[in-house]
Amino acid sequence: MTLAEKILAAHSGKDRVAPGELVNVKVDLVLSNDITAPIAIREFERIGVKKVFDPRKVVMVPDHFVPNKDIPSAEQAKIMRQFALKQGLVYFEVGQMGIEHVLLPEQGLVLPGDVVIGADSHTCTYGALAAFATGMGSTDIASAMACGEIWMKVPPTIKFVYHGKPGKWVGGKDLILYTIGDIGVDGALYSVMEFVGEAIEALSMDGRFTMANMAIEAGAKAGIFRVDDKTLEYVRARAKRTYKVYEPDEDAEYARIIEYDVSRLEPQVAFPHLPSNARPISQVGQIEIDQVVIGSCTNGRLEDLQVAAQILRGRKVHPRVRCIIIPGTQQVYLEALRARLIEDFISAGAVVSTPTCGPCLGGYMGVLAAGERCISTTNRNFVGRMGSPQSEVYLANPAVAAASAILGRIASPEEVMN
Amino acid sequence: MKLRGKVHKYGANVNTDAIIPARYLNTSNPDELAKHCMEDIDRHFLDKVSPEDFIVAETNFGCGSSREHAPVAIKAAGISAVIAKSFARIFFRNAINIGLPILECDEAVEESDTGDILEVELASGEIRNLTKNKLFHANPYPDFMLELISTGGLVEYTKRKLRAERAIE
Repeated sequence: MTLAEKILAAHSGKDRVAPGELVNVKVDLVLSNDITAPIAIREFERIGVKKVFDPRKVVMVPDHFVPNKDIPSAEQAKIMRQFALKQGLVYFEVGQMGIEHVLLPEQGLVLPGDVVIGADSHTCTYGALAAFATGMGSTDIASAMACGEIWMKVPPTIKFVYHGKPGKWVGGKDLILYTIGDIGVDGALYSVMEFVGEAIEALSMDGRFTMANMAIEAGAKAGIFRVDDKTLEYVRARAKRTYKVYEPDEDAEYARIIEYDVSRLEPQVAFPHLPSNARPISQVGQIEIDQVVIGSCTNGRLEDLQVAAQILRGRKVHPRVRCIIIPGTQQVYLEALRARLIEDFISAGAVVSTPTCGPCLGGYMGVLAAGERCISTTNRNFVGRMGSPQSEVYLANPAVAAASAILGRIASPEEVMN
Repeated sequence: MKLRGKVHKYGANVNTDAIIPARYLNTSNPDELAKHCMEDIDRHFLDKVSPEDFIVAETNFGCGSSREHAPVAIKAAGISAVIAKSFARIFFRNAINIGLPILECDEAVEESDTGDILEVELASGEIRNLTKNKLFHANPYPDFMLELISTGGLVEYTKRKLRAERAIE
C-alpha cells in the first residue's frame, strides 16, 4: 500500500484498501471557516443532532472575511462564533486566529497519520505532515461533525520524484507550479500526489506546506509527504497527543511515477488565468504590475517573509506599486516582528496586515480594479479571483514577488540582488 | 426523473470563482447567490436561463474552491443538471449532496451546442438531443442517488432514512 492507502486503511478498520474502494473513514479533525461554517451549521442543525461527535476534533477558524469586512460577513462570523462557543469547539477568536492552514499545523492540531477533512479546498496543505487531508463541501462537513466519519473512495496515488538540488531562489512554490504546468489543472484529478526525491528531502517544512497546499490546483484529492527528521522536529515541539508514523510499502503500487530533474529549474510565474500557465522567470518578458501580495495559506509562513525581507531590506517599493504583506498567523507576525522583518517591510514602503485570507479570493485588503495587474504568492489566478473580472493575477514565490515590488514589473530576484 | 431544457455551453476548467465569485460569499442565501451565478465569464447568463435548462461543459467543471455555494447557485438559477466531460472532485460531491444532478458524457458534450434542446432521463442515463436528433448514454443513476436528488439532497435523504428506520423499530 502507498502512504495514503495505509492511513485510510487504518482509519477504516481494514488491513488493506485499494484504489477505487469505498470506505467509511474515521476523522481526526473536521475544519470549517467563516464562509463555509454557516452552511455546515445550518445543515448540521437540519440533521437534528444536538452535539458534535467530539468538540476537541471540530475546529472553526474565522479567517476569510475576518476581521469582519462588512455587515453580512459580520453576521456569518457571528453564526460561527455562537455555534463554536455553545458546542465548546476548538475556536480561534480575532487576536488568536490566523489563516487556517498556517494556523492548524503551527498549533499542533494536525499530526502525522491523521485524517483531516475541511470545508476549504486547501485543507490538502496538511499532507506536508504525512497526514491524509482533503477539502469537502459544507454538507459533508455537517455530516462528519455529527458522526465523526465520512465516506471516501480510495484514490490512486501518483508519485512525483524531484531529482537534483534547485538554485537559490527556487522554493516549494516553483516545484509545484512547474509540476502543475506539466500535468495541467486536472492532471491529478481524484488522485493523491506523493512528493519524494532529493529536492524534497532538502525542502524546509514551510516549503513542503506550500507544495501540498497547491495539490488541489492539479485536481488532486490530497498531496502527501513522507515523515523525515524535519517533520519530526516540527511536530515534536507542537504535538499535545500521540500520533502514528506510516510508511509506504516497498512494493506499493502507483498509478504513475513522474520524474523531474530540478537542478536547473528557474523560479516560475503562472500567467492568468490558470495556475498551470507556468513559465520560467527568464521567459516572462516586460509585465508592469500595480500590486504585490505576499502571504496566504500558500506562502504566508515565516520562511516566506524572511525571503521577502532579504530582498526588500534597504530598498524601496516602486512608487506606482502597492505591496501588501500578510503574515499567516499571529505567531508568524510576532516572530517576524522580533526578527525585525516588519521594520524592513514598512521601511521599504510595504503595508503589513493582520492575518486574513482577504485579497487572495478578492474579499478585501487589496481588491483589484479593472485593468489592474497583481503578482501574488497565493494559489489561484482565475478570472476575477482578486477583484474585477478584468484584472489579472500572476502567481509566484515570495522572492519574485518582492523583486517585482521594487522594480514595478515582474522581475527575477537576481535583478535586484546583483 | 425526466428533465428537458436548452443547452448553455462552456469550455474546460469552469472554476468555482467563475460559478460564484468569492466577493458574494458573504451570504449563503441561494436566491442571492443565484443572482451572480456565472457572471464573471457570462454576464447575461441569468437572462438566458429558463427553468430546467442545462449547463454543458468540457473537462474539469467546478475546479477550485470547496464552496458548496457553487452548485447551490447553479441549482437556484434554475439549471436542472450539468453535463460535462469530467468534474472536479469536490464539486462532484457537493452537487450530489445538495441535489443537483450531474452527468459525465463526452459525446453529449462534443455534439451539443448552445440553444440545442436536450431531454435527460437520470434513471437510464439517456441524453437525447432533440434539436440534432441524437441519443447519448451517460452512466445511469442508482436508485438511492435518484431518491437523494429527488428529496433535495443528502441531509433530507438522511433524515428520511433515519425516520423510516425508527418507524420500523
